[in-house]
Amino acid sequence: MPTSQSATATAAVDTPTDTPIDNRLENLKELEAGLDHLQEDTAPVRRPVATRLLLPLGTLAALVSLWQLLAWFASPRVDLVPGPIEVLGTAAGLLVDGRLAEAVATSLQRGVLGFLLALGIGTPLGLLLAASPLLRRGVGPLVSGLQVLPSVAWVPAAIIWFGLTDATVYFVVVMGATPSIINGLLSGVDTVPPQYRRLGTVLGASRIQGLLRIVLPAALPGYLAGLKQGWAFSWRSLMAAEIIAVGGSIGFGLGSLLQQGRDLSSMAVVSCAILAILVVGIVIELLVFAPAERRLLRRRGLAPGAGR
Amino acid sequence: MSIVIENLSKDYGAAPVLSGISTVIATGEFVAVLGASGCGKSTLLNVIAGLEPPTVGSVAVPAGGAAFMFQDAALLPWLTARANIELALEMRGIPRAERRHRADGLLELVHLSDAGTKRPHELSGGMRQRASLARALGQDKEVLLMDEPFAALDAITRDLLHDELERLWRAHRRTVVFVTHNVREAVRLGQRILLLSSRPGRIAAQWKIDPSVRSDPAAAAKLTQDITARLREEIRHHAH
Repeated sequence: MPTSQSATATAAVDTPTDTPIDNRLENLKELEAGLDHLQEDTAPVRRPVATRLLLPLGTLAALVSLWQLLAWFASPRVDLVPGPIEVLGTAAGLLVDGRLAEAVATSLQRGVLGFLLALGIGTPLGLLLAASPLLRRGVGPLVSGLQVLPSVAWVPAAIIWFGLTDATVYFVVVMGATPSIINGLLSGVDTVPPQYRRLGTVLGASRIQGLLRIVLPAALPGYLAGLKQGWAFSWRSLMAAEIIAVGGSIGFGLGSLLQQGRDLSSMAVVSCAILAILVVGIVIELLVFAPAERRLLRRRGLAPGAGR
Repeated sequence: MSIVIENLSKDYGAAPVLSGISTVIATGEFVAVLGASGCGKSTLLNVIAGLEPPTVGSVAVPAGGAAFMFQDAALLPWLTARANIELALEMRGIPRAERRHRADGLLELVHLSDAGTKRPHELSGGMRQRASLARALGQDKEVLLMDEPFAALDAITRDLLHDELERLWRAHRRTVVFVTHNVREAVRLGQRILLLSSRPGRIAAQWKIDPSVRSDPAAAAKLTQDITARLREEIRHHAH
């Protein structure tokens, strides 16, 4: 039997009064297909590659020019304000004698390893806290406190405990990065829309199924943000540790290079080290976190920030 | 009998949300629950679904519980349309090898065969609700609870989905409890309409819809008018 209300939707093709329902419903497939095509986004969003590449490069060029200008103003004191060309020369020298490559390799290896350690410690701890509200109420403030505590504060303690060894460096890095990873995971779990949990209940998910198939995937963006921050904290903590803890069995990292530049009163070496620390940070962001984040968000129909 | 609700009341602390609701919903019946905002119709649905316990009274549903369809499709955004349906099958314990095939069948059922590999954000609102409907059917429960599933859709799409839902209900004969605040929608779909009063939600009136009413536009319009008048009367009680 036809019905008056929906007949209005098919009125263009049918007369509403005497169409048998089966006929009318058979038209549905075509109608829906038509509507689907009309409502779907057709044009894929084009991302202007040119501006994405040109704008940061332009900024860089402007900054280097400004730097050169500053160096000219201070020209008699090249030792205080070395220009880009002097620093480039020093960098070339450091590259030739192998110190820069060694420093970057050592620091990068430590940063990555320390970060992975923090990841391995922070993730299960975060899961534990997410699963147990009681535990979280007890330990949560401590974790947040640790996140605020500058990890450089751990350096003296670490030296007393571990001496001038790599263990000192890793300890400081882990203490610096772990709280961010825990908090990232927690905030990811906290911001899972309640609807998803209800969906899990309705679908009859067990606790484990609900966690593995719904809550954790939904928490992934928050977790990734936590990892990104965790990496930033790893890298910073590492530099702090390397500057303070020099000698012993500790290898030669970028922080050590920085400290060496200071000892030699060589602003050029110090500048080289600062730039190298900066460049490593940018490269890791561009090669690891930005693509991961972009992929994750785009798959979910969320727009990643315009700045990458 | 599919769903038996006896003297159901629900309150959160002091405020009663539902009060003394009793009704029996037959197997294969399509019941539309109608009411203004704040009448507790969604709460009623949640209690039937087992998402919230009743404060007083009881609700009996067939063993295995009920399938549920949300107002926003509640598709998981990191899964494709097909994977969203497969998730429901997985949680029912369907072996992996069978899921794909069954999910394709369900997609075909709601005319989404070409959209299986798309993610929810690539689908239109209507397509999302159809995928959500396919997932609910994939739960394969005798009872299907629907919480204003078409409220956020444009009128054209909603009309189409009314036809779609009617077609699927005819073919698969589920017991449907359909919550809506739209009188026309209730008349269009329901075999029986329950009108809930607000604060607390009680069954204020109910109508059996004779199939002949729906084939007669004048009769349907008249009924819609009557129910609207009754609904407004309920709302007017809250003016003071």
